[in-house]
Amino acid sequence: MPASPPTPILLVETLSAVFSDENGDLHALQDVTFSIQPQEFVCLLGPSGSGKSTLLRILAGLLPPTAGKFTFAGSNHLRIGMVFQQANLMPWRNVLENIMLPLELQGVLPDQARRRAQEMIELVNLQGFENAWPRDLSGGMAQRVALARALVHDPNLLLLDEPFGSLDALTRERMWTELSSIWQKRRKTVLMVTHSISEALFLADRVLVLTQRPGHICLDLKVDLPRPRTDDMRYSPHFGRLARKLKDAIG
Amino acid sequence: MDLNPFRRFALSSRPPERRRSHWTVLISLGLALLAWEGTAHLAGLPAFILPAPAEVAARFVKSLSDGTLLRHTAATLLEIVLGLLVGTLFAIVIGYLIAKSRRFERLIAPYLVATQAIPIVAIAPLIVIWFGPGMFSKVLICSLIVFFPVLINTVVGVRAVPRSLHDLMRSLRATRLQILRYLEIPAALPIFLGGLRIGATLAVIGAVVGELVGSKQGLGFLINAARGQYDTALVFVAVFTLITLAITLYGVVAVLEAKFLKWQETPHP
Ligand SMILES: Nc1ncnc2c1ncn2[C@@H]1O[C@H](COP(=O)(O)OP(=O)(O)O)[C@@H](O)[C@H]1O
Ligand SMILES: [Mg+2]
Repeated sequence: MPASPPTPILLVETLSAVFSDENGDLHALQDVTFSIQPQEFVCLLGPSGSGKSTLLRILAGLLPPTAGKFTFAGSNHLRIGMVFQQANLMPWRNVLENIMLPLELQGVLPDQARRRAQEMIELVNLQGFENAWPRDLSGGMAQRVALARALVHDPNLLLLDEPFGSLDALTRERMWTELSSIWQKRRKTVLMVTHSISEALFLADRVLVLTQRPGHICLDLKVDLPRPRTDDMRYSPHFGRLARKLKDAIG
Repeated sequence: MDLNPFRRFALSSRPPERRRSHWTVLISLGLALLAWEGTAHLAGLPAFILPAPAEVAARFVKSLSDGTLLRHTAATLLEIVLGLLVGTLFAIVIGYLIAKSRRFERLIAPYLVATQAIPIVAIAPLIVIWFGPGMFSKVLICSLIVFFPVLINTVVGVRAVPRSLHDLMRSLRATRLQILRYLEIPAALPIFLGGLRIGATLAVIGAVVGELVGSKQGLGFLINAARGQYDTALVFVAVFTLITLAITLYGVVAVLEAKFLKWQETPHP
């Protein structure tokens, strides 16, 4: 396999995942190979059941791969920020405390943790909701809290698993703009799972397409649309051509 | 205070409803007292069968001023608190292990089922025979009776912690101890406190049963002694003190719930 461009931050090599139970083996992922450059925004696109979440769970260390391996550059201090499809907030913590959690786990002093969480509140535009309980938040607000929590400890890799999948269309598109501007400010490396072609094209530098089970990468598409991306771009011929390619790859 | 009698036995994870109508409660209590006073006088029953409220009140003042009531109440309260503490402690440790390990559960479940099949009240005499009429046997009965409801709720509470939050903690590289402190304890707390609420009420029963079987002090002892002297007014005083104790303990847990569970939706009837 030829070497990809210089020093990827994440290198995934012939990764496979098999779930075995009494009914036999279920091949979720097969020989998945790709790499991500620092500060790159990569979207992982695929039909439901193609193993997208499984891949993210493996990279987050929640699940061991059945075969293959993945390596992080400078992996001795790898910090992961993860956002799930559901906001996954702790109902007994208010917004600020939820965002502080990763810092508390790292042993950051409360004062400093509070200050950094406050910065995140401003980043995701939640001023005034510091003391709100999760049960009182709308879906979009809860997801913004989850995003702030994933960013607060300054992770080297952001893993997003259909973070806007449970939001209504309007909120979702507003979140794209916000995420895109946050990403431009913070320059994080992002791997985001989605099953929406427009979402992938609106946000990503590159789109990886997974096939139906067993998931396997069938297209690695560079998205050469200028940034910042606007709503209008979605109706441009080039956007249409890229969307066509993705659609054909998904099958 | 929550006086709804059904709530106390429900494995509820919600804090008790706020008191809305203390006037209704006061009026109904007043009517009950009146009815009692009337029955005692009109039926012409001797005082050793049904003392009038006034006599009970007088007996209460007397037992309070000569120190008897306080001494026995203190003894019972100490037994209850110790029993509650010991029973809860064991229930938490064993409950947590059961929740976390199916193997441990399989190992210990038969014994737990067996002990639950024995009515504690029926073996209280044995416990007093074995461990004497002192405080120890009462604390033991109390903790045995408290143990099970708290254990069950600990297991249910810890098992109910969402897997997705476990995933979150693991993605943040949390240690086992951090998972316990930041996730499992706060997540299991509502259900656990529901168990403690039941345990607190049962602890009072445990202590009194033990004292009635054989003891040298405590409200159960006082009831026995007063009955022996046909001092029925004093029996009433002791019983009312017990009721007050039970309600207070129940209230303490309710206050804990209000303090720790303020993030939960307060139920609107
Ligand atoms: N823990 C598991 N045990 C057994 N099968 C699983 C498990 N997790 C996922 N799967 C199966 O693996 C396949 C891929 O799942 P998933 O990664 O969630 O897909 P996606 O996120 O792309 O929809 C599905 O068929 C799913 O049922
Ligand atoms: Mg998924």
